[in-house]
Amino acid sequence: MTNLNKFSLAVGALAMSAVPAIAQEAQTMDEKINAGFAAATGWFVNFIFAPIPGTGFPWIVMWLVIAATVFTFYFSFVQLKFFKHAISLVKGDYSDPNDAGEVSHFQALATALSGTVGLGNIAGVAVAVGIGGPGATFWMILAGLMGMASKFTECTLGVKYRNEYEDGTVSGGPMYYISKGFNELGLPGGKILAVLFSIFCILGALGGGNMFQANQAHAQIAGIVGDYPGWITGIVFAVVVYAVIVGGVKSIARVTEKVVPFMGILYCIAALIIILVNYDKIGWAFGQIFAGAFTGLGVAGGFVGALIQGFKRAAFSNEAGVGSAAIAHSAVKTKEPITEGFVSLLEPFIDTVVICTMTALVITISGQLIIDPASGNYVVEGGKIATIGGTSGVSLTSAAFASAFSWFPYVLAIAVILFAFSTMISWSYYGLKAWTYLFGEGKTTELIFKIIFCVFIVIGAAASLGPVIDFSDAAIFAMAVVNITGLYFLMSVVKKEFNSYKSRLDSGEIKKFEH
Amino acid sequence: MTATLVVGLDGHGSGERAVIYAKRMAKLIGDCNLLIVYIIEWSPYTFQTPEENAERHQRREEEIATAMKRVVEPTVKALGKDGITAKGVVRHGNVADALNAISLEEKAEQIIVGRSTAGGIAERIFGSSTAKLVMSASIPVTVVG
Repeated sequence: MTNLNKFSLAVGALAMSAVPAIAQEAQTMDEKINAGFAAATGWFVNFIFAPIPGTGFPWIVMWLVIAATVFTFYFSFVQLKFFKHAISLVKGDYSDPNDAGEVSHFQALATALSGTVGLGNIAGVAVAVGIGGPGATFWMILAGLMGMASKFTECTLGVKYRNEYEDGTVSGGPMYYISKGFNELGLPGGKILAVLFSIFCILGALGGGNMFQANQAHAQIAGIVGDYPGWITGIVFAVVVYAVIVGGVKSIARVTEKVVPFMGILYCIAALIIILVNYDKIGWAFGQIFAGAFTGLGVAGGFVGALIQGFKRAAFSNEAGVGSAAIAHSAVKTKEPITEGFVSLLEPFIDTVVICTMTALVITISGQLIIDPASGNYVVEGGKIATIGGTSGVSLTSAAFASAFSWFPYVLAIAVILFAFSTMISWSYYGLKAWTYLFGEGKTTELIFKIIFCVFIVIGAAASLGPVIDFSDAAIFAMAVVNITGLYFLMSVVKKEFNSYKSRLDSGEIKKFEH
Repeated sequence: MTATLVVGLDGHGSGERAVIYAKRMAKLIGDCNLLIVYIIEWSPYTFQTPEENAERHQRREEEIATAMKRVVEPTVKALGKDGITAKGVVRHGNVADALNAISLEEKAEQIIVGRSTAGGIAERIFGSSTAKLVMSASIPVTVVG
């Protein structure tokens, strides 16, 4: 043996002995971050998810359901009546060719979708079905359909009250429509609500738009390469995100924005193939969904448990009523703000009614959820449905897809990482808009937010799923509290726009352009 | 009646050849205006980041101003010096569709373009704008080699 070989062996042995020590230290570091995080955010989570006195039903879920129902009736089922018109708008049938080169309806929708389609559809649905059973899917679809009206209301306002600056750039979102809209109607408190929204939006950006993403991306990678400390994934992600949002390495973001839609399509195709191959189980799966929706099929909390999970995860996935999409949709070029409202109502449909349902069907059909053969009910352990291999969250979805395609976890891992990344980029923008609304535009103030954002990626990847998902939900739902309050006061403005547009469309004044 | 000829520029040599030919035609016709058009290739169906969307209007203005200044205006000026009435237009869109649309708006007699310079694999995959224009145009097209 040469000296060099002896040396490399010695180094190798040293490294091997050092690995467990580092891993142990890192595990305790993960645990420390986790415990500190849970302690710091617990009160906030408890407040947002407090049950309505005398029931087990969180008031916040009721808040979202009531809002979606009110908007659905107030705009007389706009999501059904204008669905076809929305598709026509996205196709560009009503776009003036002279506006070519501006942000199109399609682009605004695609950008908003890449901010929402992602882990909510993969991991969130698995959480819903894992706790609430397949019945949660029914409530999720219903929440998606109703949420279309909330999205319509907020995105119309987002375009109507956006700020257009002299240099041609635009900023929009709930903080702008609440403050400007309230002013216009002579209502007090607009500014306070706008500031509150901005604070929650920053927390939402750091929670659901960041930590939850980092956490689940780490879970995916660890599931494939073996367990290792989360903060390592966190640092890698933080560096890449930093390169994009601070370093201005736009090429990374551009590549992601182009790859993500294809990953989304690939995901849907894989899900469809699994569903079609198991066509004989489709009827049974829908049976489980309907039966579970009203009886719970033995899940914790019964049908109420299924309902809460369905509504919660739908809201988290499509963000209807949250106000984030209004920020993304406000850049579109249109003379009619209401047209962006119509386009945006497709978002919860694609996100929740189509993609989330596919995930739920695949999980149900795959048989990952253990059923007690004697009673036909699901086996519940520790508040969750027992699964083969004890999986939950994104690993449950992964296992469900793997039951049909053994290689799919690898594709899913790449998809999750890309989805997580594109959602982080989107939310870093939403958070930044809220931040600059509070602290003013400027390079230094922007840099401070971007650095905080990157630090939270590391925390999110290191903490365990429970506290992260609780905080993410709480922050995003807190946005909905303020946003929907604003929407109630401003929905009459949308109604005026809606009626005017409808009469001009009926009279033929608004025509399709020949392309 | 004044005849209008639309000339498609691409910022390369083939566009210049189209201008030279159009100039000759204009002189032969006599009462003839040239419309110098530059199309910035753009699709409404691409995927963009929220930040790109927020800045899009500003970028569009910049793109139009740059194309006007660098490509269209020098050509219009040079034609003016030669005694030919010409005006310039810059628009975003698909090259073939936009050239055809402008020609119809201006009631032009003919579209004159240079032969496309792209070749090889790119052309095989994406097709050439000139070939698409020849196949889809509503008025006569002259391709200058």
